[in-house]
Amino acid sequence: MKVLVGVKRVIDYNVNIRVRADGSGVETENVRMSANPFDEIALEEAVRMKEAGICSELIAVTVGDEASQEVLRSALAMGADRAIRIHAEASPQPLNVAALLAALAREEAVDLVLLGKQAIDDDANQTGQMTAALLGWPQGTFASELTIEDGRARVAREIDGGQQTVELELPAVITADLRLNEPRFVKLPAMMKAKKRPIEERTPEALGVDMRPRVERVEVSEPVPREAGVRVADVDELLHKLRNEAGVI
Amino acid sequence: MEREQIEVDVAIVGAGPAGLATAIRLRQLAQEQGRDELSVCVLEKGPEVGAHILSGAVIDPRALDELIPDWRERDAPLTTPARDDHFLLLREQGALRLPTPRLLRNEGNYVGSLGRLCRWLGDQAEALGVEIYPGFAAAEVLYDESGAVRGVATGDTGLQPDGTPGPRHEPGVEIVAGRTVLAEGCRGSLSQEVIATYGLDGDADPQTYGLGIKEVWEVDASVHRPGSVVHTVGWPLDSRTYGGGFVYHFGERRVSVGFVIGLDYSNPHLSPYEEMQRFKTHPAIRRHLEGGRRLSYGARALVEGGVQSCPKLEFPGGTLVGDAAGLLNVARIKGTHTAMKSGMLAADAVFEQWAQASGSTGAAGVDRALTDSWVWDELRAVRNVRPAFARWGLWGGLAYAAADTYLFRGRAPWTFPHHADHEQLQRQADARPIEYPAPDGVLTFPLLSSVHLSNTNHDEDQPCHLTLRDPDVPVRVNLPEFGAPETRYCPAGVYEMIGDEAAPRLQINAANCVHCKTCDIKDPTQNIQWRVPQGGEGPIYSEM
Repeated sequence: MKVLVGVKRVIDYNVNIRVRADGSGVETENVRMSANPFDEIALEEAVRMKEAGICSELIAVTVGDEASQEVLRSALAMGADRAIRIHAEASPQPLNVAALLAALAREEAVDLVLLGKQAIDDDANQTGQMTAALLGWPQGTFASELTIEDGRARVAREIDGGQQTVELELPAVITADLRLNEPRFVKLPAMMKAKKRPIEERTPEALGVDMRPRVERVEVSEPVPREAGVRVADVDELLHKLRNEAGVI
Repeated sequence: MEREQIEVDVAIVGAGPAGLATAIRLRQLAQEQGRDELSVCVLEKGPEVGAHILSGAVIDPRALDELIPDWRERDAPLTTPARDDHFLLLREQGALRLPTPRLLRNEGNYVGSLGRLCRWLGDQAEALGVEIYPGFAAAEVLYDESGAVRGVATGDTGLQPDGTPGPRHEPGVEIVAGRTVLAEGCRGSLSQEVIATYGLDGDADPQTYGLGIKEVWEVDASVHRPGSVVHTVGWPLDSRTYGGGFVYHFGERRVSVGFVIGLDYSNPHLSPYEEMQRFKTHPAIRRHLEGGRRLSYGARALVEGGVQSCPKLEFPGGTLVGDAAGLLNVARIKGTHTAMKSGMLAADAVFEQWAQASGSTGAAGVDRALTDSWVWDELRAVRNVRPAFARWGLWGGLAYAAADTYLFRGRAPWTFPHHADHEQLQRQADARPIEYPAPDGVLTFPLLSSVHLSNTNHDEDQPCHLTLRDPDVPVRVNLPEFGAPETRYCPAGVYEMIGDEAAPRLQINAANCVHCKTCDIKDPTQNIQWRVPQGGEGPIYSEM
């Protein structure tokens, strides 16, 4: 079975996000970037399938500029067999990415597209679903457990208030939720080898994908800062404030 | 479990200015002399090059000029030339502009971010064939049968808090090297071990340190004066406490504001963090930040001992370079140029030895090269400035520094010694309590909101990287005698006394650590040992 895993380079999850003063977006210059954590979970799952003999070839793909090769190096070090970078300017939109992934999935004739459930930068949670739609394949999103048997995938999905288990026929698109697994640490010797391996390059034109954005971003702003709380002396004061200042009772 | 081994010619620990200059010079020599097979590997505990770098910084480009003469054409991120130095004496009310001491004149220097410079140096190094591995921390020194250093090992990952392997455990890797260069910066954990193992500091005074706490602000264009450099002495410190503040304008509406306090301070009630916050409220400082927003926060200890405290650099199998060896010029408040130059000198000596393929672990001659270089001339000339402040306080120190610079011209026939910082704390009963003002949320901030801006992170599920030699000392000694000073000197809120009065307990919030090393230095009984956590953790500074 051939598996395609998408990895997006995003602002590192430990870094404080800063909105540009002019509201045009989030500051990314001189900011630490790393692989989207949900994509790492998807990748780990695929590496485990490889180790279990279920996956015969694991391809990692990213869409981005030259700097995004970095996430592919880590993917190779974690266990991907091949790495492909599809050229794009910064932050392409979910529909464009889905079109690229769908085109690549067809070209490579993969049996499974494994993605993170969402990227932590735009939190769109659309790429997996759109990829499935464009391919006409079944989808299993928010996977917290995944088993593959006889050409079928059994996916335990995290849903509001519980878990739902679905069975899909391959080929399919599956997106990883937090509890699917805990990604391994990259080993130094593997990283050393990964640095010397080739990264395949593709372009949207060659894949026949129109990269024009479909959504216009109007403004990006910081959340309203939370006002500091106050300490009340007793229940009476609390009730007084709730009634007269907050006006909630 | 057996550890994998990787063999390299030279292993360098730390991708700061010293380590990267060593690496660059080594590969330059290898290419110039047709010895391209020389393998140079740099390990860096930060998640990327520059992430753990913190400096003022007004940088003297002397070493960079020697290493990469065309750095300007190669778009090095040093684009703000320093101009109009201000040297201020702050009083609680008002400020007095003093003549700028010669050593603090910055004509020809550049204001910038050392972290960004290091990222650029990392790119230069990689283009020359240096292999840099950020996210991998050297945690252990390896020794051969003869007792010489034969390399370093990265730490295990995926250990549980009790030290046993967890489900994701991966053993560390041994980097076996012909030469090991320790470029960890001030108070490096492996450097400390090697200095002790070989008694490299046998003829030296104790090292003395400072703690620098820094913020980067984005300010309004109307108050931004690129290249403007302000140094202060005086308030909020008393005249017995060595330290001072700085304000540097650089880049795109960036202002670095920071405060350095000598870690030989004696009052256990002193909080370097609160002093730094208070410093910003002075009218002479506040006006630089008015209307701006704070972007980042960080802290790092620095070496202040100069030549008196400088250990021997070379040990069997390798060498120290940069601030790991204590080469900062404290009178000029600069160490990047000396760190880089020491790395280049080490590279020259190590390359020569490697090229002759002697296979010997004997000395390559780094110490000799250092004492013959301008680094040593520079450091020797200012050697009495810092100890003069320790002896005579601010006024005597300033007077002596002026005399030393202008009358003796650094050639005084005497040398003042240094004392160990951890021995300087007074008992809390003898010390004046200090009341700090509450943060205003505009200019001054609570500690934890600052730590948040360092982007620091550590996996909670691992052994604590801040270890106590004796777990009872914090409550038995530090609390009654010094009022638990670790809860104040730590600029990241790592140490917290919790529990009730009858049963107090020290809680170590290791996840907050910004890797400044102050606890390793200042703990009065030297009970705290700082070790590296898992690679890739700690602060993530972007333009510090």
